[in-house]
Amino acid sequence: MSSSQLDDNFLLARKTQALSLRAVLIQNIRQFFIQHHFLEIETPLRIPSPAPEEHIEAISSGDWFLQTSPELCMKRLLAAGYPRIFQISKCFRAAERGSKHLPEFTMLEWYVAQFDYSQLMEQCEAMLITALKDMGHTQDIIRQNNKINLASPWERISVADAFSKYAPTGLQEALHQDRFDEILVEYIEPRLGIDRPTFIYDYPAKLAALAKIKKSDPNVAERFELYIGGLELANGFSELTDAREQRQRFEEALEAHAAKNWASYAMPEKFLATLEHLPPCAGIALGIDRLAMILANADKIDDVVAFTPETL
Amino acid sequence: MYTASDLKKGLRLKIDNEPYIITEFNFVKPGKGQALYRSKLKNMITGSQFERSFRSVDTFEPADLREKKMQYLYKEGDKYCFMDNESFEQIYLTEAQVGDSKNFLIDNIEAEILLFEDRPIGISLPNFVDLIVTEAEPWAKGDTVSGATKPVKVQTGYTIQVPTFVGEGEKIRIDTRTGDYLTRVKG
Repeated sequence: MSSSQLDDNFLLARKTQALSLRAVLIQNIRQFFIQHHFLEIETPLRIPSPAPEEHIEAISSGDWFLQTSPELCMKRLLAAGYPRIFQISKCFRAAERGSKHLPEFTMLEWYVAQFDYSQLMEQCEAMLITALKDMGHTQDIIRQNNKINLASPWERISVADAFSKYAPTGLQEALHQDRFDEILVEYIEPRLGIDRPTFIYDYPAKLAALAKIKKSDPNVAERFELYIGGLELANGFSELTDAREQRQRFEEALEAHAAKNWASYAMPEKFLATLEHLPPCAGIALGIDRLAMILANADKIDDVVAFTPETL
Repeated sequence: MYTASDLKKGLRLKIDNEPYIITEFNFVKPGKGQALYRSKLKNMITGSQFERSFRSVDTFEPADLREKKMQYLYKEGDKYCFMDNESFEQIYLTEAQVGDSKNFLIDNIEAEILLFEDRPIGISLPNFVDLIVTEAEPWAKGDTVSGATKPVKVQTGYTIQVPTFVGEGEKIRIDTRTGDYLTRVKG
């Protein structure tokens, strides 16, 4: 055996524990959804038009694209009358590589008809508590020498409150200066989910993505994110069901892509056509690799996948 | 021209007409948010550091840096004079630019001079240099405790901890990266 082969084998063998944890995690998650009467579905990875989002770039595959998330197909199923569906699939995003990012990653996505984002936060919490308990974490989990208490209820803090509590700049000022993400990453994320997991909710309407605007406060969208140990794990929302508004947001995103010279994809017309039939519902996407990082107490996403692009 | 996606640890950039090296780097991105390229940069002339989050639209100029072998000639005031062995051109570095290397500069030693746009800004020495001990307390016979050290002065004026058995006039090998004693050298 050549020495580079030995190195390869050594690196893969070192991942045995993390890969086992990951496998059990996926089995437990699947079990939870089956027990709660969800239908597991598979939608195509290769699609003609991904959902246009300002800061997400799709990878092309021939004339089509690899999915950035299974969102559009799953919502078409919801619109056709499937009330509870989940999927664990690969998603692809261009130019995303770092200690917490892989251009190809594994996403768990699920939708519930007649749910709003608060109910979905509760369900997400219940699902993770069950899955983690089955893996021996009945009370807490250690991340970077810090004990995170998993007991319900988990922390909930609005985006505006998180800015006033943790950031030197208020939310409005940050938005005005186009520094929302910068301040979020630098001052807020490292403080989220430290003592217990944290849901941060009510994102500025401008950052709604495919979320519904809150009726009682049109400045915010019914969108949330889950953090554990400072790591962003999931994004969910009450789904926008207004096709006109959705089209307008897509158009703005496509314009932003054009300005950055990204590959242009067509408006997802079939999705928009079925959006009118979408029942009130909520959906969430959770990064399986990130969750495996929490379980394996890993600093790098590389540690919880067998292969990274660099090792192929 | 570099774009933000080219950034990585060790990359050398020109910012405000000065050379910087990236000493720490991380790609961060909230799922639905902007990609940010968090970098810690060190000014290669002044040594001052700063942190900044770059965005995917940012572009960067590479710093024009190269290394050239030159010979150390002499010190004049607080300037150190080196000579290019090919062109016989002489250049000067300040004490700050020479930094800790001054402890190991002996006449005629060959060093790599770092040039930024043809201006000398720094120096790197061979990993090991041999210097003569010029001042040392005599070895008290009977002091056989192994691992004990004493300070001695070498020909450049640098004071270094060495084993007690090293005497005046002896040649010792020093690691220029750490400034530590390695061994005695015969001859």
